[in-house]
Amino acid sequence: MTAAAPEPKINMGQPVPRYDAVVKVTGRATYASDMPLADPAYAFLVTSAIAKGRIDRFDLDDARRVRGVIDIVTHENGPKLKESKLFSNGGYAGTTIQPLKSADIAHDGQIIAVVIAESYEAAREAANRVKVSYTAAAPSATFDSPGTTIAAAKGQNAQFKEDPKVGNFAKAFEEAEVKLTASYDTPTQHHNPMELFSTSCAWMGDELVIYEPSQFVYGLKYGVAEQLGIDADKVRVVNPYVGGGFGSRGSMTPRTAIIASIAKRLSRPIKLVPTRDQGFTITTYRAETRHEIKLGASRDGKLLALKHEGAEISSRPDAYCVGGTKTTTRLYACPNVDSLVSIVRADRNTPGFMRSPPEVPYLFALESAMDELAVKLNMDPVELRRINDTTVEPIGGKPYTSRSLMACFDEAAKAFGWAQRSPQPKSMSDGDWLIGYGCAATCYPTQMGPAAARVRLQRDGRTRVEIAGHEIGTGAYTVVAQTAAERLGVPLEKVAVFIGDSDLPPAPVAGGSNSTASTCSVVMMVCDQIRQRLFKAAMPSQSLTDKAKETVGIGQTPATQAAKGDRPLDLEKAFDALGVGVVEEYGEWKPEGAPLDSFRAMHSGQVRLVGGHAMKDQIAYAFGAEFVEVRVNRFTHEIRCPRLVGAFAAGRIMNPRTARSQLMGGLIWGMSSALLEATDIDERNARYVNDNFADYLVPVNADVPGVEVILLSEQDDHINPAGVKGLGELANVGTNAAICNAIYHATGQRIRKLPVRLENIEV
Amino acid sequence: MRPFSYQRATDPDMAVQALSAAAAANNPLTQAAAQPLAGGTTLIDLMKLDVMRPAAIVDINPLAHGWSVIEPNGDNLRLGALAKMSDVAAHDGIQRNYPVIANSLKLAASAQLRNMATLGGNVMQRTRCSYFRDVSYENCNKRHPGSGCAAMDGVNRMHAVLGISDQCIATYPGDFAQALIALDATVEITGKAGTRSMPFAQLHKAPGSTPDIETTLQPGELISAFAVSGRWPRSVYLKARDRQSYEFALSSAAVALDVQDGTIKDARVALGGVATVPWRAREAEALLKGQKFDEALAQRAADAAFADARGRRHNSFKIALGKRVVARALQQAVTMEI
Repeated sequence: MTAAAPEPKINMGQPVPRYDAVVKVTGRATYASDMPLADPAYAFLVTSAIAKGRIDRFDLDDARRVRGVIDIVTHENGPKLKESKLFSNGGYAGTTIQPLKSADIAHDGQIIAVVIAESYEAAREAANRVKVSYTAAAPSATFDSPGTTIAAAKGQNAQFKEDPKVGNFAKAFEEAEVKLTASYDTPTQHHNPMELFSTSCAWMGDELVIYEPSQFVYGLKYGVAEQLGIDADKVRVVNPYVGGGFGSRGSMTPRTAIIASIAKRLSRPIKLVPTRDQGFTITTYRAETRHEIKLGASRDGKLLALKHEGAEISSRPDAYCVGGTKTTTRLYACPNVDSLVSIVRADRNTPGFMRSPPEVPYLFALESAMDELAVKLNMDPVELRRINDTTVEPIGGKPYTSRSLMACFDEAAKAFGWAQRSPQPKSMSDGDWLIGYGCAATCYPTQMGPAAARVRLQRDGRTRVEIAGHEIGTGAYTVVAQTAAERLGVPLEKVAVFIGDSDLPPAPVAGGSNSTASTCSVVMMVCDQIRQRLFKAAMPSQSLTDKAKETVGIGQTPATQAAKGDRPLDLEKAFDALGVGVVEEYGEWKPEGAPLDSFRAMHSGQVRLVGGHAMKDQIAYAFGAEFVEVRVNRFTHEIRCPRLVGAFAAGRIMNPRTARSQLMGGLIWGMSSALLEATDIDERNARYVNDNFADYLVPVNADVPGVEVILLSEQDDHINPAGVKGLGELANVGTNAAICNAIYHATGQRIRKLPVRLENIEV
Repeated sequence: MRPFSYQRATDPDMAVQALSAAAAANNPLTQAAAQPLAGGTTLIDLMKLDVMRPAAIVDINPLAHGWSVIEPNGDNLRLGALAKMSDVAAHDGIQRNYPVIANSLKLAASAQLRNMATLGGNVMQRTRCSYFRDVSYENCNKRHPGSGCAAMDGVNRMHAVLGISDQCIATYPGDFAQALIALDATVEITGKAGTRSMPFAQLHKAPGSTPDIETTLQPGELISAFAVSGRWPRSVYLKARDRQSYEFALSSAAVALDVQDGTIKDARVALGGVATVPWRAREAEALLKGQKFDEALAQRAADAAFADARGRRHNSFKIALGKRVVARALQQAVTMEI
């Protein structure tokens, strides 16, 4: 075992290498824009240079003269598309702002024309030669800009049903011995997955194939069909590999139906590869947020009152919000809680999911405030969490299905060397560098959704698993293959997995960290259907109990099972008894408490995730604790983070290798979010300024010399058959606060606004 | 990107001829129809962004066999314009006798870029001003003289506080140029009339009322070499930036000292990340010369270096930061073991 492939603990799978490792490192993995097309034309987008106003006219003469230009599509000759509702209102779209519909401009970088040419180069050159005259209006850029409006999220966002509250906050806060009131800000951020937001559309008669990096092939299939006004059976979305998603590819963007309809009109496949900067405005982003936290506690550290108010930016037409108070009001034991989430509308594109959407901004506020409270109480911040740890969430009084928060704190603290910290701010240094230690809790709701799968087993043990899941770099192929191999008792190398294709049985969106729980649960179920058939055939006069069937492998028995004395089923005899060469089963699984329309929704590209706080009699979250060392240069005030240590417990760990990789990436992103990532908005014109990788900074290797991930053993039998909590969005939640808490320890300065940059440090 | 012709120049005359042929009268170099291509790490980017639209590219890489010397001979240093940044940074003699040069190169860009980029191209790299690099902004006095400056009241955290004008506050982004200007380097220029030399300090032009004119090079002229006289083993390059590698300076200082018996005989201070051109802080140098070093002196010198600095909404922090960087660089230079 190595650092990259940790030794599995109890209730962990084997750290097998990634199913897709070789094709990826040898460059043979075909991403959406690698898919071969027959005689394609190439599209290049023209996007608006204003955020609000109208297009007066286009001058296309110069562009049309570029050799190879086939067509230039604007609102004047644009496709007639049907509207799709926002995903949260029962639709498929991430925005209801539909480009090319009229001369109106609703946000910076809106698609205003599509140039089609015989080559990418010609399309790009012609796009550069398109001249646009606008009548610009003064846009509202963000918080505090004139012309924004604010209203409570409840009542306008269908998925934000309630502002959690319990007890009497006002009274309890008034009477509390120790009080804290603090405000926090988080910035605009963009996902910037490595793979660009490409789309290729090819028609064969009335049937459309879309190659596009997507985190939800079924949603895209049904959404595009709706916009085009065609039967969804005629639309297929294919993307066996996705070069990163982080939420940006979870809901449909306007580009897909536009490209599909142009391809239809021109009777040619069309390939669109937008630029990096266009990706900042033609998809979604993490909106900036503001928070006010009030904490009241007793002298001995018991939380008595907690209030969290959050405000979030959204676009004019769409009431998107993340509403993280659902988590922050339930994380600690506290009898009196109040909260409010508001949405501020500005002239912006509609924001959307970005890795751990609610928890990243809202836990930054809460976990910073907890550290501030610990300082006021003169208490170790770990102990403050311990005092307020709970097995029951305070709002509805529901028990956590399992909760290893303090075990994570203790493991991570030990590995980090927290005991060596001298608690006084500015008390540790090394030459030019002030040293700070900080920590924070991290958590993410356990979610799962209805899913279907088809599994085929051959007489020789070869197995094929089909499920329209998504490989966004997380290890989806690998854990699905492991699940089938374990359940059927066949060697891993005999399992072939097919995902990323809407012709396969439906799976939920690869979002909300539900994929492993959902896909593995259904694959287990369908494998069991196969086992039942084989057992029935091979042992009609059944001597084994049903329970035994659950534990007996059917092909090669793993050593552990053999040791327990389980008898493997002879696969060949079972097939002979059945009289067939192949056994194939299809099945549909839904989590407990899923709504009645779950399967119907699943077959129409709709998501019905359940879990987190929204379960009936319990609440399910994965937890972790993160410790960081921050160094602040006395002279330059540069901030560096040489060590990140996280311990995490997330139910069954299917594969410690891919799990560690997810969590490590999360920690690094968390550090990036705290110190580097922010999309700058020019408030005069509501435009993004640093829309490229040279100016929108993400960490380089030199920024993250030490990252340690500790996986805790945890078993949870109350969540789903796979026992998986999901951890893709767990690690990047707590890091923002941990880093600011460490900066406080290093410098004595409390920073409540992200990202923290050297000019914010006053040593 | 727009279509362009491509020509490989196999000798300097051919390069000069090709570049001169396309030169139109009164066009500043940045707008010249023919542009030389060396490492391509700036030019190709700007062409993709549609900021630069040359009709002809003259590839001067074949000149490398004569133009890539790295010669720290005796008390003089000669560097060919086509030497790669990474080769110069790794050179023993440079590291020993000119640490300010080695470190200014080592701390710039990424390993991949340093392997491609040349010294001549490095000093000619253009500003990273976001508004300059985004042609959807019409008001940029560098791209369209007289159109205004979007950065002046826009997002200007990365912008300059020294050498600015009411026309332009774009920062000169490089690192190596600060080392050259501090060491009184000369630049050797090859053109139609043969080869000439001039102080490196005369190469770049502050924006003034003509931000589109960035250097004194004429179309058809190429930098062929740099030269430094004397050795500067007591020299440092200190760079403050947002991340640990692969990022431009928020503030940097190139410092070279000649200290004898505790007295500063000669002092060179140049500033990066804060000025519109490679910036020599002569006021700071004047204060240092002939003095015994202490922290108060370093502070006075740093204050002097930024006496004329003017910040705007997002970049005012660079003045205080720049002073601390200068003071710290001086301290490091004084205490370094040579």
